[in-house]
Amino acid sequence: MKYCQFAQQYRVYNDNTEETTPESCNRLVMKDCTVRTCCPERDFKGDALAYLFNTPDQQQEMLQAIGVQSIDDLFEQIPQEFQLKSPLKIPAPLPEMELEREMRKLAARNTKDGGRVCMLGGGAYDHFIPAVVDEIVSRGEFYTAYTPYQAEASQGSLQAFFEYQTLISRLSGMDVSNASLYEGGTSVSEAAFMAMRVTGRHDRVVVLGSVHPEYREVLATYLHHLNCELVVIPTPEGSVDPGDVEQQLDEKTACLIIQHPNFFGCLEEVAELTALARKAGALSVVAFDPISVGVLNRPGDYGADIAVAEGQPLGIPLQYGGPLLGILSCRKEYVRKMPGRLIGQTVDKEGRRSFVLNLQAREQHIRRDKATSNICTNQGLLALRATVYLSLLGPQGLKEVAEACCQNAHYAVTELQQIDGVEVLFDRPFFKEFSLRFDGDVDLILRQVANAGFEIGPHFERFRNVDGGQFAGWENSLLVAMTEKRTKAEIDGLVKAVKNAVAGVQEMATSAAR
Amino acid sequence: MRNESATQLITELSAPGRRAAIFPKADIPATQLDDLIPSQHRASSPPALPELAEGDVVRHFVNLSTKNMSVDTHFYPLGSCTMKYNPKRHERLASLPGLVDLHPYKQEDSIQGMLQILFECQQILGEIAGLPSVSLQPAAGAHGEFTALLVASAYFRDRGENRTKVLFPNSAHGTNPASAALAGFDCIQLNSGVDGLVDLEELKAHVDDKTAVFMITNPNTLGLFETDIGKVADILHEAGALLYIDGANMNAIMGRTRPGDFGGDMMHYNVHKTFTGPHGAGGPGSGPIAVRDYLADYLPGPVVSKTTDENGEPYYSLTTPPKTIGRIRSFFGNVSILLRGYCYLRTLGAEGVKAAADNAVLNANYLMARLKNAFDVPHGKLCMHEFVASASRIVKERGISAMDIAKRLLDKGFHAPTVYFPLVVSEAMMIEPTETESKETLDAFVDALITILEEEPETVKAAPWTTPVSRPDEVQAARKPILTAPEEQTTS
Repeated sequence: MKYCQFAQQYRVYNDNTEETTPESCNRLVMKDCTVRTCCPERDFKGDALAYLFNTPDQQQEMLQAIGVQSIDDLFEQIPQEFQLKSPLKIPAPLPEMELEREMRKLAARNTKDGGRVCMLGGGAYDHFIPAVVDEIVSRGEFYTAYTPYQAEASQGSLQAFFEYQTLISRLSGMDVSNASLYEGGTSVSEAAFMAMRVTGRHDRVVVLGSVHPEYREVLATYLHHLNCELVVIPTPEGSVDPGDVEQQLDEKTACLIIQHPNFFGCLEEVAELTALARKAGALSVVAFDPISVGVLNRPGDYGADIAVAEGQPLGIPLQYGGPLLGILSCRKEYVRKMPGRLIGQTVDKEGRRSFVLNLQAREQHIRRDKATSNICTNQGLLALRATVYLSLLGPQGLKEVAEACCQNAHYAVTELQQIDGVEVLFDRPFFKEFSLRFDGDVDLILRQVANAGFEIGPHFERFRNVDGGQFAGWENSLLVAMTEKRTKAEIDGLVKAVKNAVAGVQEMATSAAR
Repeated sequence: MRNESATQLITELSAPGRRAAIFPKADIPATQLDDLIPSQHRASSPPALPELAEGDVVRHFVNLSTKNMSVDTHFYPLGSCTMKYNPKRHERLASLPGLVDLHPYKQEDSIQGMLQILFECQQILGEIAGLPSVSLQPAAGAHGEFTALLVASAYFRDRGENRTKVLFPNSAHGTNPASAALAGFDCIQLNSGVDGLVDLEELKAHVDDKTAVFMITNPNTLGLFETDIGKVADILHEAGALLYIDGANMNAIMGRTRPGDFGGDMMHYNVHKTFTGPHGAGGPGSGPIAVRDYLADYLPGPVVSKTTDENGEPYYSLTTPPKTIGRIRSFFGNVSILLRGYCYLRTLGAEGVKAAADNAVLNANYLMARLKNAFDVPHGKLCMHEFVASASRIVKERGISAMDIAKRLLDKGFHAPTVYFPLVVSEAMMIEPTETESKETLDAFVDALITILEEEPETVKAAPWTTPVSRPDEVQAARKPILTAPEEQTTS
């Protein structure tokens, strides 16, 4: 019997990366499992060697130049008592070929359904990404560079981010944009902090209940430890009645946070809402869908002070939710209160146009605890994706995408609401996303719809615990989103699947009652 | 050879009527948009984006890319940033269907492979930290700091303690105080000792029952291991406070020692540094935190838990810790960066991880040994993965500053080190070679630096000479900020 000596030292993993005991490992070693890669007959030390350059001879030369005997001597700075005496208990190393096999196996577990049609919404969407976007961001000169501290060595990134700021400002209708934040949720919180700095009001932030529940959860976390009241205005009708808002805005309110189109897909009376905020001396913060402005007014058109967005629809893959792109843009008078990186245009000593990190006195590496935010990175590579995407689409392309989303969504609603047991939750104008309520157990319906090849959601149940349970009132309800990628055949397929599923569930309920 | 016309601003390349991405009309029965969207919401025209052909866009951005230095093209010893080689296999694997295209609201039972990877990330990162409970949510190191400080805040509140202070040494990264301020703490900066390490007396003088957390980078930003870290931890723990380890420099110690073993209670990783993220021209990062088990209940949700299904097979699900601080971002985390880190760790294994740290420390010490005569290195006989040289003497003798040297290095084909950080060293040059550089490259870098010191000071002070631009005027940029391109005259 072959014996795995590493089993004595390492925590080992079988095919399911279950932790196993040395004994069971000895058995497993005989089978086809990843543990075999730590067996002495393989003597595989991992591809660390592929990434290291120095030969043992060179290492010796280097040690000699340093004046020590061994690499261990270099680590004498670490007190003996804290030095690890045994190897880390992590999975055994894999050569590239086996790693790829392993990753393909794991990835395949996520596609067992054979690639269902994605009609999921809620802030991330299955939009089309042109090949050029992937090609550009796979340039090593972009993705293996870092923060452009040395402007002369980073004009490529700096100019691309300047162009990002330009295109995002045009998209939002605002004067300026920063060079990006983490994602939509933290952008809303950063905008709230920014509004506090601009208004000097730190006591009260008002947010509509139709803003993405996860964005509101993030906001609650960010504000929790401060003496700042977070007021949520319920939206039982799917969008807010401006009359409910006016009374909540007072002289202590830093900002009113609106999403448009909102989480439920509905349009808000944004012009009226931003005017109410202005009347109260508060700023209006609007989270918008960057695709929607192909057909809808831009935040700058309806008086927003700060426009934020989840930039994922702009050429960024879904990636199970990250990394995505936080967009933040605003009126120019607030620029020195902005969080995050800003790129500015200037000239060099020869008078040549140049781009630099600008207004760094706002940032943590200069201002430390007085900085406008603790953020250090931006989402550089995702900002680049958005820039390339918008450059490819141009005004007409963006309009085409937005119109197709809007048309598909309205066709889907028209067809779906004819099904007995399906109702549109909110009878309001919408853009590409809408809320449905089912007569029957939505989990069962979702499973059958999924088996038929379609994914819709998220189910509102997921947000049941957000702020006092507005969502609890909407049982068996969920979101459905349509993008430009969807076809009539797919939408008709969904309608058929929902029809069958609802009928099936109703029948089950009836027979159970009998 | 450079194509300057292709690197005009993208908006300047626009020509009305030119098209790249063209989309067909939806194939459903057409409806007038006016019937769908009320007129007060309708835009009169789409945003004034540039109008270009696909070839324009490709040529523009490819030419822009050639105006960057990067790890793929140059030695990039930017201290504190761990600019190591980013394995190409990660890019392929993170882009596999089934990983890159998963919607964050997919049902748990259809993404068991993804959740398994993330669960294992939690376990592996917990093991390397020696701190078992991990949240993968933070989007970057600074976000991790903020998250961990909220966890500390919730922990003390739960215990009925009102602790208001966060301490950090003057060599700390700027994110430490910025995160502490954002988390609502008072920030207290401590002076380091003359040796560049934590001054225990200074620490004792400031630690009291109002102290929540001491934040320290270890190895610190001077590239030195805090040899008194055990005593530091004791001082904090005796006062009931927590020790936070800024994990920016984990590349020096992974597999050699663990923050949890030397007294740390919480830490963050920078996956884009230590585990080859990559850096993406400034992001995305990924900043998971690892904490002691008694802090696990306060972590942000969701975390991945492992159970077994009805068939006894492992089943992974998302759960929210019982006393959670709440959400700190939308969706799960910077998953695609975590996937790259996962591939890296599965490639290296325990020995590989240690070998990476060993060679990072070897390379840094070799560089330091070779440069010690030319430059002063005020702190430490040996360093960890990086060291901080000072150009103070050279300023006096030759009138050239750390910035001048940095700029001249660009001409020699090397990215500059981090300059003027940490703040505790004047004319600082913080040099981090990483393990993925050869002795030949390090020797060439040393030769370049020594040559620069021998050049005419005027040549160095006017550098760089060979880059697309030289010494852009930052003062003018800040005085009259130009943050967007003007609208074209000719938009359609």
